[in-house]
Amino acid sequence: MKYKVNEKGYYGDFGGAYIPEMLYPNVEELRQNYLKIIDDADFQKEFHQLLKDYVGRPSPLYLAKRYSERYGANIFLKREDLNHTGAHKINNTIGQILLAEKLGKKRIIAETGAGQHGVATATVCALRNLECVIYMGEVDIERQAPNVARMKMLGAKVVPATSGSKTLKDATNEAMRDWINNPVDTHYIIGSVVGPHPYPDMVAIFQSVISEETKKQLLEQTGSDQPNYVLACVGGGSNAMGMFYHFMDDENVKLIAVEAAGKGVSSGFSAATTYLGKEGVLHGSRSILMQTPDGQVVEPHSVSAGLDYPGIGPQHAHLFKTGRGQYVSITDDESLQAGLLCTQLEGIIPAIESAHALAYLEKMEFKAGENVVVCLSGRGDKDLDTYIKYFNL
Amino acid sequence: MNRIKQLFQEKKNILSIYYTAGYPNTGDTIQIAEALEKSGADMLEIGFPYSDPVADGPVIQASSKQSLDQGMTLKLLFEQLKDLRKKVTIPVLLMGYVNPVLQFGVENFCKACAEVGVDGCIVPDLPMVEYEEFYAASFEQHNLSNIFLITPQTAEERIRKIDGLSNGFIYLLSSSATTGKNLEVSNTTEDYFGRIKAMNLNNPTMIGFGISDKQTFDKACTYANGAIIGTAFVKAIAEGNLEESVSTFMKKFKV
Repeated sequence: MKYKVNEKGYYGDFGGAYIPEMLYPNVEELRQNYLKIIDDADFQKEFHQLLKDYVGRPSPLYLAKRYSERYGANIFLKREDLNHTGAHKINNTIGQILLAEKLGKKRIIAETGAGQHGVATATVCALRNLECVIYMGEVDIERQAPNVARMKMLGAKVVPATSGSKTLKDATNEAMRDWINNPVDTHYIIGSVVGPHPYPDMVAIFQSVISEETKKQLLEQTGSDQPNYVLACVGGGSNAMGMFYHFMDDENVKLIAVEAAGKGVSSGFSAATTYLGKEGVLHGSRSILMQTPDGQVVEPHSVSAGLDYPGIGPQHAHLFKTGRGQYVSITDDESLQAGLLCTQLEGIIPAIESAHALAYLEKMEFKAGENVVVCLSGRGDKDLDTYIKYFNL
Repeated sequence: MNRIKQLFQEKKNILSIYYTAGYPNTGDTIQIAEALEKSGADMLEIGFPYSDPVADGPVIQASSKQSLDQGMTLKLLFEQLKDLRKKVTIPVLLMGYVNPVLQFGVENFCKACAEVGVDGCIVPDLPMVEYEEFYAASFEQHNLSNIFLITPQTAEERIRKIDGLSNGFIYLLSSSATTGKNLEVSNTTEDYFGRIKAMNLNNPTMIGFGISDKQTFDKACTYANGAIIGTAFVKAIAEGNLEESVSTFMKKFKV
């Protein structure tokens, strides 16, 4: 358990709860109750029932034949793209909405980048009949129009974040401000493994179903539950944490986290946090973030709205600093090419986020017979416009 | 004795003004401080701007962004404050978020504050437990007061703990809100202020968030040792002649 959170809310040097006093009662209430609620048998039953009947879990672990031929290893895709609402995000929102109900909350707020977390939140709010307000950067509202329409149809109010770079970071700021102003009846469903403790741990627990299933499926399909590599893309890092969770303590399994290099790590238009960032505090936890020498947060860039974030979750910072995880990056161009390749080799249009993880396969060398799992965190329907424009389709 | 403690011993109905360093223009920081003291402010809170100020409403956010866009940094602020104590005698606090402090270095930050004559700090996103463990030693060594916030939702036990860690005053938020909301003194707010007053804390209290005019200021003073005005002042100096704007604004409170 050396990579898990300690009783003070830290992962090594990272984590904690750097929040203004106005948020303290809410975050403290959550900290005191989250494990108790999650471990409760009735909660587990309802959570897993919904994951099965509503989300459609377990998601398949698919041995991608043509990928395997191309790379000379067994390439498995963990098909989170087949979940209801099209990405891994719903694993977390189902968990958090049930938890919010147990805490007696009446109103749900969330931030969203690509819109996947916003849709997943609006979906569970419709399902459980709770008021829903989604903060989304103005720039993202434009580049993810279909998801905005879905959220509205689901009954959510979508509020544009107009400060800063008008993307995910700013949407997160606005959601935090909303929570400060609504301290009693509102639960904030953070969509990634970021934020003050206990959020990174709570979201990781809800997403850990990804690696829990993967282990079982690998055992059935290969006779061993131990792959050689697991790969996932990292913005804040929730699908990666879900994919790494049950493999973290097994040092034989190599963990590869793929960040968005944007137009290149040295271009000034990048979101490669571990490469460009330094230790500091962002959105309530101590982690690694892109910042100026004066400690001002730097605006990130990625073609993928879900990876367009200047930080990573504290547990990722810990995996990076300890060397347990290998953190690499992929450019906008490489990810789009990988998205097209996946579509044409396997008949799966991946989200551009997930295409970053796929793109790194091109840079690796495998031995025959090695087992490699890539988390295909979401489907690419929301990115069709970007793909079509890029490839002149 | 530090200037903050002395002020609270000598005065009632203390008027403290917040403004953002380097706003409206980079070079205005000291001039505003002098003008405020001249027109009757009892204490100053100089905000060092941050790119992601989650506890602030739109007005202070915008002033922070403008200041940063014009080149303000913490390092530049300390250079501007080099001769602070030749020009300003009232207590001065710095207010800002924890990440710039971390990058500057906690010990360096405290040392720089002491060197220029800053009396204390307000860092809203620095939690009490982190302060105790990693910051308190440097703050104490340099004789800086760390000011904690409490809200209507802060539990009594926690308020006692904050009182024990404080050595200046405690910042009472009139409601749980980002800066710039208007103070509506409802029965619940009065109950809360009354409850705090009845606790007989060791430290004096100042009410902040939502104080914008003489009426709300006077009301706040019936429950606390004084009040803090931020957003309303930042709005008032956005345009026009700085000294005139400051003096016009301050006259409203000195009737």
